[in-house]
Amino acid sequence: MTDLAPGALVRVRDDWPEARGPAHIRTPHYLRGMRGRVVRRLGAFPNPEDLAFARPAAPRALYHVAFEQPAVWQEGRAGDELLVEIFEHWLEPP
Amino acid sequence: MEKDVPRAHHDLGGVGKFMCEAVDTAPHGLTAFDRDVDALRQVLGRKRVMTVDELRRGIEAIPEAEYHRLSYYQRWVRSIADTLVRKRVITEAELQAELERTP
Repeated sequence: MTDLAPGALVRVRDDWPEARGPAHIRTPHYLRGMRGRVVRRLGAFPNPEDLAFARPAAPRALYHVAFEQPAVWQEGRAGDELLVEIFEHWLEPP
Repeated sequence: MEKDVPRAHHDLGGVGKFMCEAVDTAPHGLTAFDRDVDALRQVLGRKRVMTVDELRRGIEAIPEAEYHRLSYYQRWVRSIADTLVRKRVITEAELQAELERTP
């Protein structure tokens, strides 16, 4: 996956590995399927989903992604945002 | 509105049940047990026996009722014990014998 530029619109994959067996996931359930905006690339880190099982872990880019809070929590005002760290393999085109 | 999704039980963000509970903001002193568990985790990390990622995965695997009953560091030690048995660093029998020996 090529680097996502700040401002890029993305969607968090609506995927549920935890329903398919043992899994360790850093993408909170309330963001699956939600649309957001890339704020910045934070670097690349060994994939914690593999580290958690002591498997070889390839580096994956980690992004700060902003989400409109009212859409996520059904509360708050327009302009309120949630900023969450999400790995590249959880992001797809909006 | 809470979505009907197959979230893992530790994945608590925005879950209504917990939003209705007051957050205990009083400073928590560490007990001797807490410090021992933390030190044990650090030794296991430095010796490359297990990582914090494995610790977290083991905490998330604790059955739901037990997960909510255990304290923060009790979850850690439960994860550490499970991980060491699974990785065959210690055996289940050795763990049980040690637990029975400890007052």
